[in-house]
Amino acid sequence: MHAKPIRESGGDRAFNVVNYIMLTIVLIVVLYPLVYVVSASFSSSYAVLSGKVWLWPVEPSLDGYKAVFKNKNILTGFQNTFFYTVAGTFINVVLSILAAYPLSRKDFRGRNKFMLLFVFTMMFNGGLIPTYFVVKDLHMIDTVWAMLIPTALSVWNVIIMRTYFQTTIPGELLEASQIDGCNDFRFLLKIVVPLSGPIIAVIALFYAVGHWNQYFNAMIYLKDPQLYPLQLILRDILVQNEVRIDMLGDVKSAAARQGLRELLKYSLIVISSVPLMLVYPFVQKFFVKGVMIGSIKG
Amino acid sequence: MQLRTLTDVRKGWQLYALFALPLLYIIVFKYVPMFGNVIAFKQFTVTKGMFGSPWVGFAHFERFFNSYEFWRLLRNTLSISFYTLIASFPFPILLALGLNYVKHERFKKTVQMVTYAPYFISLVVVVGLLFQFLDPRTGIINSFLGWFGVDPINFMGQAGMFQSIYVWSHVWQNVGFACIIYLAALAGIDPSLHEAAVMDGASKVQRMRHIDLPGIMPIAVILLILNTGQIMETGFEKILLMQNALNLRASEVIDTYVYKIGLVSQALNFSYATAIGLFKAVIGFVLLIVVNQTAKKVGQESLW
Repeated sequence: MHAKPIRESGGDRAFNVVNYIMLTIVLIVVLYPLVYVVSASFSSSYAVLSGKVWLWPVEPSLDGYKAVFKNKNILTGFQNTFFYTVAGTFINVVLSILAAYPLSRKDFRGRNKFMLLFVFTMMFNGGLIPTYFVVKDLHMIDTVWAMLIPTALSVWNVIIMRTYFQTTIPGELLEASQIDGCNDFRFLLKIVVPLSGPIIAVIALFYAVGHWNQYFNAMIYLKDPQLYPLQLILRDILVQNEVRIDMLGDVKSAAARQGLRELLKYSLIVISSVPLMLVYPFVQKFFVKGVMIGSIKG
Repeated sequence: MQLRTLTDVRKGWQLYALFALPLLYIIVFKYVPMFGNVIAFKQFTVTKGMFGSPWVGFAHFERFFNSYEFWRLLRNTLSISFYTLIASFPFPILLALGLNYVKHERFKKTVQMVTYAPYFISLVVVVGLLFQFLDPRTGIINSFLGWFGVDPINFMGQAGMFQSIYVWSHVWQNVGFACIIYLAALAGIDPSLHEAAVMDGASKVQRMRHIDLPGIMPIAVILLILNTGQIMETGFEKILLMQNALNLRASEVIDTYVYKIGLVSQALNFSYATAIGLFKAVIGFVLLIVVNQTAKKVGQESLW
């Protein structure tokens, strides 16, 4: 991208060296905690407890993972989270398209007023307690709907999508289709959606991450442990340190139990984070596009 | 002409039909709660309902302003926000500037890939990681300090350390993701500027200072405005996870207090909690407007 001079000056070479060193430091600072967690999760409970793990697994074992998969609550949490993520993201994407497409059309009467109505909600929030009462009055408390409907739409994502529609769907295409007798429903379904693969992928990922990592709504809206998402169970174990003895199987001594408890936490962190980590490299290339579109003033 | 208008209306009808569901959502889950804020001016009880409860005017607000908690909450909220704002602003820019001068594509891709990753980790897991690393007995930080003869420190139990732990783990989690937008802005700079600068013998540092930095300035200013407008919004879901009795002095912010008064406490007080939340929302809204207007006046970028 940049023009290459024939030979770099001494100052520029020094700059390169400093630059690479700094970036390597950043790389290590970000990466080390992640590597440590993975290594710890594959070590023995004794090695974890006695602080022998520094970089690579020590006395490799799968005890932590075995303990995780034996646990019914965690498995239920996984199932619930999976359901909330898939169903929730589907609702999100559909609603976002439904909102963004009309707003992207210049001939949509009152679109500026609707836009203002939407954007205003980003600047002024209804607040926790009033929102809670709306969810309560709709009888969604302690149902799966509480995990899907209150977060059904993010105005920010609607704006990103609208900008994408405006910049990538040519007006001529709409005119041509209209002349051929295509109505708006068909045009949206047959032309706009197929042409918007990248943005739908990005938006879906943003929403999916939100659902997968959601704990707060679950905490205030759900009471039945059978409905708990994974994050809420993680919170009990990782943050509140509530590891029940029966999660640890037939381990007798207090020290071994303590060790397995720590090991379980590391394994749980790995398992709960792996699904998103697997998805994101595939969608990563669309990111820059998505983030960039979001920054354009619409 | 007549026919044209007719088709317009018919087409318009279809767009409205598409738009109906999202609009319904925004009204029910965004605007109804906004009007639900009237209970801040009432003595709300569930049995009497929103309309039956008696008006009390600004009593809840007065109680809050005069309460012992008020200054502490405001101080914590503002200091956590400003600390986050200042600490998390420069790093993505520096990272982007640095990455922009890396010639080895593989190295560049690796750094990007790795620094984005923490963004996808949930807050619960990030806080869980903090607890694991900072644990006085088994944490790696204390094991490390132990080598230098430092006695184990209970980091999470120290009010003085709470805000730093919160802010720097935030930077760790978000620096890569925040850097994307600057990288994109850098990619949009006209390459001929760099070519001309190289011809004139400009060093990389000079090019960075005089081409790249001005090039990303507009986007940086917009982000700064946005973030300043959000100054009343603390990352309260994370704070809530990190809170404990020992660090409460430094970690209780307006949002966590509203949550406790309104949804957790033994003696729930919906109206009082709503009043505090409304106070926060109004201040935040006014701030956003003021910051944006100021930015407009000084001739910089603005949101609208």
